[in-house]
Amino acid sequence: MSLKNLLNDWSHYRKGIEDGGFYEYEHMWGMVVDLNKCTGCNACSVSCYSENNLAVVGKDRMMKGQGLHWLRLERYWDEPDMGGDDKEFQERGGSFLPMMCQQCNAATCEVVCPVAATYHTPDGLNAQIYNRCIGSRYCSNNCPYRLRYFNFYSYYEESWPEPLNQQLNPDLSVRDKGVMEKCTFCIQRIRTGKDKAAREGREVRDGDVVTACAQSCPTQAITFGDLLDKDAQVTKLWKSHQVELGKTKQNKSDEDLRGYRVLEGLNTDPCVMYLDRVREV
Amino acid sequence: MQTKDINENIAWAKINADVLRSMENPRKGYWIAVGACLLMIACAVMAEIYQYQVGMGPSNLNWPHMWDLYIATFVFWIGMSHSGTLLSAILHIIGADWRKPIYRFAEAMTTFSLLTAGLFPIIHLGRVWNMYWVLPYVSDRGIWPNFRSPLVWDAFAITTYLTSSALFLFIGMIPDLAICRDNARGWRQKLYTVLSLGWQGDDRQWRHFRKIYMLMACFLIPLAVSVHSIVSADFAMSIMPGWHVTTFPPYFVAGALYSGCAAIITLFILLRYFFRFDEYMTIPILEKTCKLTFAIAMVWTYLNLIEFASTWYSHDPVAKELLWAKFTGPYAPFFWMMLFCGSVVPFALAFEKMRRHLPTMFVVSLLLNLGMWLERWMIVTPTLSLSHSPFAWDVMWPSMVQWAIVFGSFGWFGLLFLIFVKVFPSVSMYEVKEMVFHRRRHAPSEETAQKLHRRADDPKPGAQPSTEGA
Repeated sequence: MSLKNLLNDWSHYRKGIEDGGFYEYEHMWGMVVDLNKCTGCNACSVSCYSENNLAVVGKDRMMKGQGLHWLRLERYWDEPDMGGDDKEFQERGGSFLPMMCQQCNAATCEVVCPVAATYHTPDGLNAQIYNRCIGSRYCSNNCPYRLRYFNFYSYYEESWPEPLNQQLNPDLSVRDKGVMEKCTFCIQRIRTGKDKAAREGREVRDGDVVTACAQSCPTQAITFGDLLDKDAQVTKLWKSHQVELGKTKQNKSDEDLRGYRVLEGLNTDPCVMYLDRVREV
Repeated sequence: MQTKDINENIAWAKINADVLRSMENPRKGYWIAVGACLLMIACAVMAEIYQYQVGMGPSNLNWPHMWDLYIATFVFWIGMSHSGTLLSAILHIIGADWRKPIYRFAEAMTTFSLLTAGLFPIIHLGRVWNMYWVLPYVSDRGIWPNFRSPLVWDAFAITTYLTSSALFLFIGMIPDLAICRDNARGWRQKLYTVLSLGWQGDDRQWRHFRKIYMLMACFLIPLAVSVHSIVSADFAMSIMPGWHVTTFPPYFVAGALYSGCAAIITLFILLRYFFRFDEYMTIPILEKTCKLTFAIAMVWTYLNLIEFASTWYSHDPVAKELLWAKFTGPYAPFFWMMLFCGSVVPFALAFEKMRRHLPTMFVVSLLLNLGMWLERWMIVTPTLSLSHSPFAWDVMWPSMVQWAIVFGSFGWFGLLFLIFVKVFPSVSMYEVKEMVFHRRRHAPSEETAQKLHRRADDPKPGAQPSTEGA
């Protein structure tokens, strides 16, 4: 390592190889969540539970904060207790923010894992290797979104008693106690989509891979696709809202530019763009 | 009022006899203490077995409170380990000879608190059985730990520090072990014969001994500072408000020396009382330790204020809210208690009357350490309870499983220490002799000079004291 390397801006190592970076990205899976369309129905969360073999931990443990909900629907309203007026909630209800792993390109969780159980894949995904995880839980502590969940118990027998174990998705494992887990952007579906495309001897096209949440959203608020694919729906949406990767602040000069990424000021560079909800004045 | 650090007329045979006596014939109180420690350990072992079987759930850890008492207590014990290095290495280099009667047990404390601290990162792992994965062993599959992670640095730092401080403790003990060897029978004689490595106390051995002792001291000082800086990096390297603080490394090092010094005062008083070490662990030495503790307490307080001020003026809304929550939120009683114990109680050390009153000092030193333990808890927990994402705000109170393991760790430390004081000399005999010797040379009264002159066995000025005739 030369002095020049040391003094360089290291952020470019995160970038793709064509930008002088370290990663040879095949894909950059990304998402758009349109909060205008989101009704807060939780269908995405439910489909995530069934697709990804998430354990149902029961009311008590959920209340204790030991649940595993890879995709959680955050609800916000003005708290009268905290000085807000209740008017907005009374008139229009709360606001919803579906939060799944943001698949940050500068992920804070990846650096701190002592055994490198979480790392960045050439798909632009923030992958979690269950077999490698030793459960130090540092990643969850260092995730500003708090989107990593820990298996505090072994849930297999309690969560899927006979015959419910028949509903488990065979494409991915059931995690045991002591392992961290999080949204994978339905990596099993990405694998299937890529395999299918390879068998047919073509590139992965937009629409080959759809995550469970995007598939089950009744209002189609969630769009999933490859940000490196120029023709993908996500890329078009990101472009039309002038949201770019690698920035800590997006262009907001026009009120039609509704795109933002959650806590992007922390320079985590997430791959999920949210479209702001527009309310009538 | 006693003003001399040590009575320079003390006979050398008496030093040997007093220290060797402390290692013999444990009385009833000793066995009661051992029993109590074993009970405490049993609590922790049962809790750990339960947690191992079931998972981390029963500890009440949750999302977002992934760390709690385990990590806080880990930092506490690591901090406590810094006292030995302070006394034996830093004070050795600056030539403060009053450290000599008390450094041995402080150094033992270093080693044992590291042995205690090392348990916690293991206990807190979700999959304990895979803990060796953090170490860079050569794997057939070419898998290495993630060298970017502060937890890996921790593993390196702690193992290095443990090895070096244990080695330092052992090396410093060799001349004393030779004295023990010459005075022991049975299994003890065999043990000390092996451990004293053939020490005869000749000139060449002393010269080598001095060299290696100084070398180790020089090596240990930066190591000790870096160890706690690295532990602070567990927090400072993250991006969480309340953890991501630039002043954390010096803050942690100051806190470490602080709790270490407070623990030295506690053990000083206990050893003095139970082993009747009144002539070695004298009040003036206690006073000097107290003054040192007071100075470190003020540094710690200052760094605390710096942290508050820089957070406040940074206008980072999340960090500011967290700071405010520390003062007023659900954990506020503990936070205020920490400030009280850590910044107000040490003022007791500023008064000579208090410093010379042993029961007061005993209570004060325990309070200081309570404050330092709370400090670690107040670093870990409020940050997790209140972070960037408001949806993940949560208040969590640790369960009995966590408390039992924390409680048991004190038993484990106590047991190790109790075994140490009966197997190894807890006062350095040869260094006390050295100290006495220097005091005789530098400030001999007429009467002392007379006595010095008459004593034929004493080494001549300039010669090193030997263990012969011990």
